[in-house]
Amino acid sequence: MPAATAPQTPLGVEFAYLVTAVCFIMGLRYMSTPKTARLGNSVSIAGMAIALLATGIVLDWPAGWWIALVGLGAGAAVGIYAARAVKMTAMPQMVAIFNGCGGGAAAMVATAEFLKLNPQTSAPPLDLAITSVLTSIIGSISFTGSIVAFLKLQEVMSGRPIVYPGQQVVNAILALVAVAGVVLVSIDVHPLEAFFTALGAAIVLGVLFVLPIGGADMPVIISLLNSFTGLAAALTGFALGNDVLIISGALVGASGTLLTLMMGKAMNRSVTNVLFGAFGTLKTAAGDEGSGSGGSGSVRESSVDDVATMLAYAHQVVVVPGYGMAVAQAQHSVRELADQLEKKGVDVKYAIHPVAGRMPGHMNVLLAEANVPYPALVEMDDINPEFPRTDVALVIGANDVTNPDARSKPSSPIYGMPILDVDKAHQVVVLKRSMKPGFAGIDNPLYELPNTSMLFGDAKASVDKLVSAVKSL
Amino acid sequence: MNATHLLAELTVFVLAVFVGLEVISKVPAMLHTPLMSATNAIHGIVLVGALLVAVVAGPRLGPVLSVLVVFLASLNVFGGYVVTGRMLAMFKPRQTPPANPASPDGVRK
Repeated sequence: MPAATAPQTPLGVEFAYLVTAVCFIMGLRYMSTPKTARLGNSVSIAGMAIALLATGIVLDWPAGWWIALVGLGAGAAVGIYAARAVKMTAMPQMVAIFNGCGGGAAAMVATAEFLKLNPQTSAPPLDLAITSVLTSIIGSISFTGSIVAFLKLQEVMSGRPIVYPGQQVVNAILALVAVAGVVLVSIDVHPLEAFFTALGAAIVLGVLFVLPIGGADMPVIISLLNSFTGLAAALTGFALGNDVLIISGALVGASGTLLTLMMGKAMNRSVTNVLFGAFGTLKTAAGDEGSGSGGSGSVRESSVDDVATMLAYAHQVVVVPGYGMAVAQAQHSVRELADQLEKKGVDVKYAIHPVAGRMPGHMNVLLAEANVPYPALVEMDDINPEFPRTDVALVIGANDVTNPDARSKPSSPIYGMPILDVDKAHQVVVLKRSMKPGFAGIDNPLYELPNTSMLFGDAKASVDKLVSAVKSL
Repeated sequence: MNATHLLAELTVFVLAVFVGLEVISKVPAMLHTPLMSATNAIHGIVLVGALLVAVVAGPRLGPVLSVLVVFLASLNVFGGYVVTGRMLAMFKPRQTPPANPASPDGVRK
């Protein structure tokens, strides 16, 4: 086993890795309240620094100093610059792309390890061969899948599902090829060819399996790919015999899986359904509806002054923020509007749908930025009983999470998804850029209800106008 | 090869999964986005693996790919932590702007 195992690490380095693992766990623990969350991030950073410094002790500096210097320097510079420069609204795709980088790195590390096993001359140790090939598969899926997710969220590619005939079959074949590769590697039949065939299949599969997934489901996919990268990191740990990678990867894998399941639950859909299911048939379903409901009702457009009056004389207003608020960066204006309304004695709450925006908790982050007090943010299950007592539900750039079809129309692609019952409020005001359907591409009959009025325009501009109109009342 | 060693590693993995589930289930929904970003940064630990395979004499991946693997993993680490930091900066403990005596209104919730 000489060439097969990682170089024996000094005890001190192993101990440092243990400290790192503790830091990561504590860092995540501190994320349980907003008060300590930032401390948690610092603890996690400290853990990472300790692991990197400890690794520095065992590196072969004379041979590879420039690789470390160039790679780390460029990675740090680009990473920090991109993360600072990106707008808050683009955070989801930023997370996606960094996640992909981690997955790609894991796949490459595994490939290097596999090549080191020298499969052409001697039978590689089984466990190392299998973990290497698995890592390269999972890491590659995460890499290319994240890139597609990034392109969709960045709207370089259409956010709509991309479907073609035989899609599931093609994906199944690619998955089988990857599995066959693992089997061949493990029974040592043409291991080198099998390894790279599996790797290639995984690279393509990563792209293809994200293509049919619609924009509205992207949060689930990012979370899933995050757990993939975690798993890939853990497997890298197996291949390298490195415990800190195993522990950290397992933490991330577990957390990503849990978050994915929680999001699926919030949408009342299984993860399998998100991956392979309903949204694949979306196009026809949406088409039917378009012709069906388009003619039946018409929307009522309202003016800024009317809406301002309605709001100012209400007892309770519930603000329903969505991605439109994020895009328009309207959160500060929304806060100002709420302040003005509260001065007039109106009770203002915010209804937070678990998957509003592009990531779970997206709205919380933005509203926190605008200094909205946490207690005003009410989660779906707690706010829904409030709507019948609410005078005005003010929907700001939210669409699919308010679509009553999810409750009542079994043919709708989002049927069964829990929604915010805004249609039960006495009055509904919808701030929207145009009548274009939401990210999922589904018509929303909410807009045609008799108690709904629409205020078209950019969310920020509309809210700003409302603020001055309310002030002058 | 070394089945005992593999089993020991598997034990560590399984226990860490349980710790992960336990810790994550305590995080409230409003912090889920920063949480996702935080765990995203943590799997940047693969940078340790990247350095171990790249910074050696005669790296298996050749010089270009070796730099690339370190670069990708570093992006994950640095970008991941900075993004998380920016998200969490929005959850700053809320002391209403201290120097604002003119409007006592602003202080009330």
